[in-house]
Order: sequence, then structure tokens, then C-alpha cells
Amino acid sequence: MKVGLFIPCYIDQFYPQVGIATLQLLRKLGCEVEYPQGQTCCGQPMANSGYEHLTHQCNSLFIEHFAGYDYIVGPSGSCVLHIREHLHDAEQEPAAAGIRSRIYELTEFLTDVLKVTSLPARFPCKVGLHQSCHGQRGLGLAQMSELVAAPFSKPLQLLQMVDGVELVELDRKDECCGFGGTFCVTEEAVSVKMGKDRVADHVKHGATVITGTDVSCLMHLEGILRRGHQPVKVMHIAEILNQTTDEQANS
Amino acid sequence: MNRQTADHATLADKFNENEPRVNWHDETLWWVRAKRDKQAWSIPEWEQLREAASQIKLNVLGNLHGYLLQFEQQARQNGAIIHWAADAAEHNEIVTAILKQHGVKRMVKSKSMLTEECHLNPHLQANGIEVIDTDLGERIVQLADEPPSHIVLPCIHKKKEEIGELFHEHLGTPAGNADPQLLTAAARAHLRKEFLASRAAITGVNFAVAETGEMVVCTNEGNADMGAHLADVHIACMGIEKIIPQRKHLGVFLRLLARSATGQPITTYSSHFRTPVPGKELHIVLVDNGRSRQLGREDFRNSLKCIRCGACMNTCPVYRRSGGHSYHTAVAGPIGAILAPNLDMKDYADLPFASTLCGSCSNVCPVKIDIHQQLYKWRQVLVKEGHTTAGKTAGMKMMSAVLSKPGTFKRAGKMGRWVMRAFPGMVNNRLNPWYKQRDMPAPPKQSFAEWYAANEEKK
Repeated sequence: MKVGLFIPCYIDQFYPQVGIATLQLLRKLGCEVEYPQGQTCCGQPMANSGYEHLTHQCNSLFIEHFAGYDYIVGPSGSCVLHIREHLHDAEQEPAAAGIRSRIYELTEFLTDVLKVTSLPARFPCKVGLHQSCHGQRGLGLAQMSELVAAPFSKPLQLLQMVDGVELVELDRKDECCGFGGTFCVTEEAVSVKMGKDRVADHVKHGATVITGTDVSCLMHLEGILRRGHQPVKVMHIAEILNQTTDEQANS
Repeated sequence: MNRQTADHATLADKFNENEPRVNWHDETLWWVRAKRDKQAWSIPEWEQLREAASQIKLNVLGNLHGYLLQFEQQARQNGAIIHWAADAAEHNEIVTAILKQHGVKRMVKSKSMLTEECHLNPHLQANGIEVIDTDLGERIVQLADEPPSHIVLPCIHKKKEEIGELFHEHLGTPAGNADPQLLTAAARAHLRKEFLASRAAITGVNFAVAETGEMVVCTNEGNADMGAHLADVHIACMGIEKIIPQRKHLGVFLRLLARSATGQPITTYSSHFRTPVPGKELHIVLVDNGRSRQLGREDFRNSLKCIRCGACMNTCPVYRRSGGHSYHTAVAGPIGAILAPNLDMKDYADLPFASTLCGSCSNVCPVKIDIHQQLYKWRQVLVKEGHTTAGKTAGMKMMSAVLSKPGTFKRAGKMGRWVMRAFPGMVNNRLNPWYKQRDMPAPPKQSFAEWYAANEEKK
């Protein structure tokens, strides 16, 4: 099984540790992983701003880099959703369609394709899970609180496999953090207020680490936490799932 | 009522100047959402009901012409007088003409978002006709000379103390008294006089049944019934999308409406109006006002399924923190943001961008409108139609240029991170909206691609 690692542009530039953790975790679980050099962006920043017509080149690049892989996996629900819903190329539509059906967000790849049932990880912390909207409502990573339907959560399922993790309950378990792409700057006041309210919910319930499947949301929450000099840490879920146990660390 | 010129972001920014008030607004509406959840969960077949409602409305939209003619024929047989209005202006003219014909100078009106959409009240006032809104929330905003901020809870943005002051000024309640029971009693006494004196009454319409020609009006206060029963002339104003094929379909919609709107099992009054009392008149004004145009837009057609429950507003994290007035249109919130650009793309070009596309609205919607998908699609349409700024277009073109060339992206990223480390003031300044209330991420020396090249490709 050959996996093409999709590292979205802002993770590449600002959160390389998330890319490294994702790569190591996938290898630990037995995947053959490659990072195709030259990949840039899924095109979402333009598309969500109403400029989908400016994403042709991003689409062609994406197809060029990822068409040859059995699976494409990325540590970002939002970017993966964008590819799954909007990757098109008039000149290579069959290749685009193939990628749309073979691209996975990291946690759903672990639970649905690799069918992971245990993880050799230990992380003794009080953790709050931020359910990012595009992953949750778009990709179906977790049940939505709006629906009258049985609850489930793929990220939660994985976190529960990690030794020592104590998950905190939130008052609003799937409210948006307010990042929203360019919304975070064009609607700065509402965006920040939404982020502050999310942070407060985690802090109120004693989380020392906020985690999630989308670095974009976490970057926004981290910006608010750091401005408020709050000691709560922000980590992508790959960084937690990739933690080593004491035995591994000692060996 | 002045048409606001500022955009959503500016108005939301202003709303957020008072953070405790934003918290109060957010928590009040979240409480309504929680009540809705409780009621939805009390019905095991909730998701099937939503699907049924969505399919019935799809059938209506696909056969609207036939259903409207059927409704017209049935309603005429029942003795109602039918009027067709192509737009808001025609609607307002029709209503004014009926009232003038009967010499009405002052009259009562129950809740109707359509008449808000058509700006009927100022039109009637300009024609010397005084309108008294009889829904308590609407009366409150009317006394305050404000538009409603929510389609179901028109004065949700007002605290009871503010309503106390307003009633003291207009209805003579004791100064400083904000007891809801006292204020409601004062409103009752005040409105009763209006009901008794009014010779004409306007109501909205929640559902119009094609099969029988009857209309159903849902209220909690009974004000529509009181107005319509006491007056000689009842004028019911409805958008043409309010049609449902058969009476039995009310069994689907009435169960969904109040649960979605306020978390009640059903509205206190679900009143059927069919035949005028002998000697009285029943007028029904069927209004298009852009609905046919929206019906023709394939991507946005489903927005006409809306039954105006307001659930998308209560769940919307942006609406709760920006207030209904920030949408500067009669129907606020997510549904308003997909309806308004159809009415005027230029005036409402900002609204589809007043969303994080979180998708909560689409999943709470009782008729399953794909609201957040339509917000995305409106953004594409608005930009293509030129309703954007030159600055935004230039920025997007530049971003696209950088992201389209791997070498440029790599160099720009490296340079950007270096600037952030060497001259943080270049980024951490007033011109950067991110930095106003948030720290920037710490720029690492090595990007992931650089780390991979150094550690993996050399192996």
C-alpha cells in the first residue's frame, strides 16, 4: 500500500512537526509513505473566497503529485474535504475523480482503512477535543449534535486508545471555533469572539491540551491562548497518537 | 426604517464592542437551540420527518405553477378574493388599495416576514394608514422604531429592562419596572383596544393548502386569530412558495415547525382560515418578489423550501455573535444570506461571506436546505458578477500565483518565515487583522518539505 502524504501549505510552513508526526505515525502502522515534493495547496483559500476559478493550477499540481498513489492522506479535514468536493480538471477528469475517491483525512484513514484497534502510545494529560466542522460535518468524522442519530467520533475513538489520555467533556461539543479561512480576518471581531468562547469551554473543563484534526482551527485557538498568556497547549491529534510509551522511550 | 449601508463585518464589529451583551445574546439563542434538540430527540423518526418535508417541498417547487392555480381556484370557490403581486411594490399597492377602498386609517397586523421583506409598514404610513403590529415581539421593535432582528423572535436582541423603559415611554407602565408579567399585561390591554377598534387585519401565512384553498397561520399569542376574527376585512399576505399540496402534509410540517423554531411540540394556535364570514371579506395576496427568479437558479432553488422556523439562526455561531441587525435584511442569519442576494446582489454581496461554512445550519434545517453549500456557491456567483473589490481580486490573484508554482511557493515561504523571525514588527502590527487579538504562529526555521529533503531523501 503506497500512501502519498498530503501536507497542506500552512502546515508545511508553520507546523512541520505535525507533518513529521503524521509521517512517523503512518509508518509505525505499517504504511509505505512518500511525500511528493513540489505540492503546494489544495486551493481552498481562493475557492472559499469566491475565486474557485483561480484554482486550476492548484488542481493540476495536486493531480500531478498524487495521481500515482493508492491512498492520499493528509492531517487536515478541511483541505481533504476541499479536494474531495472540488478537485476537478477538464483535461484529466478521470485522474481527479480517482483522487477524490482515494483521499482521506488522517483519523478516518486510521479507523476506516487501516482499521486500527490499538496504538502503542502514552500521553498522560487532560485533553479537550475540538471537532473541526469540515471534518465533522463535511467528511463525517463524528456525529453532529444537530441530528437525531447515534453518536460516534473517529478522532475520539483513536484518542481513547492512547494510554493516559483523560478526555474532558465540553458544554458545546461541536461548535465552530470561528477560523473559517479568510473569515478569520474579514470578520475579525466575530472570528475572535468565537475562538475565545471555544477556548473558555476547554479551560472551564480543565483541559491542559486542546487537540483536533485541523491545524487551521488549532492555529486560531493557539493565537488566542498565547495572546491571553494561557498555559493550555495546542497539539494536532497526530502528535498525540504518535507519542511513544515509556518502554519505547527507554529502549 | 432606514436601509443600512454598512456591511456585515462592520456591523458585527460594532455589536462586539459590548462583550457581555454578546455573551448574553449567544447564550439566549443557544438555549433555544438546546430546547429544539430536546424536542427533536423526543421524536424517534425526526430525520425521516425532515426528509419527508424536504421531498414534499421539492414536489411543490417542481409543480408550483399547477399548485398555485389549484389553490387559487379552491380559494375563490371558498369565497376568498385572490390577488397576484409580481413584486414588493405591487404587493404594497394592492394592500393599500384594499384598505383605502374600505376607508381604513388604522389597522392591526400579525407576524408576516413577507410584509417586512416588502417594507409594507412604511408604505402604508406614507399613505396615511397606521399599522399596529400585534405580535408582542414585533410590537416591541415597532415601538423602538427598529426592524425585527430574528424571524421568530423579533426582539431577541432586547433585554427586558430595555423593554420596560420602552413601555414606560409608550404605554405608561411604571418607570424602572421590567417584570415580564406586568409588561405583557400592559401590552395585552394596549393591543386589545387596537383589536376591538380595527376594521381590517393583515396576517401572514405559514402554509397554504392547494387541495382545499385554506391557509394555516401559526402563532403562540392568538393575535392573528383575534385580528382576523374581529375585523371586517382580513388580508393574508403570502409568498408563492408557502404552498403545500394537501392538508395531510400539515402532519409533517406542523410537527417540525414549532419544534425547530422554539422547541415547543406545537404552536399554541395553528389556525385554519378558509371561508370568510358572510358580510366580511377575505383577501389573499400571492407574492412573487424574486421567487420565480430563485426557482430558476438551480443551485439556489432549494432555498424556497424554507418554512421560516429560524432554527438556522439559533444554531449559527456567527448569528449568535453578530446579532440579526448585522445582516441588514428582513430575513437574517444563514437562510437570509442565501435569500437576500437573489433580491439584490449588490446590496447583499457581503452576506454569503458572513459565515465560516461550518454547516450547522444545513443539519438543523427541518426541510434540509443545503444552506452552507449555497453560501459557497453564492460566493462564486457574486465574484463572477463583479460584486467584489479590486483589492480582494488582486490579493487572490497573487495568492493563486504563489501557490501555482512550487518553486515560488517554497521561496516565498522561506522568505516570509525569515521576515517574521528577523522583523516581527513587519507582521505583528495594526495592519494585520489576525494580530489585533491573536498571536501569530511561531515561524520555524525549516518547513516540512525542507525537513523531509534533509532527513528522508538523503537516507
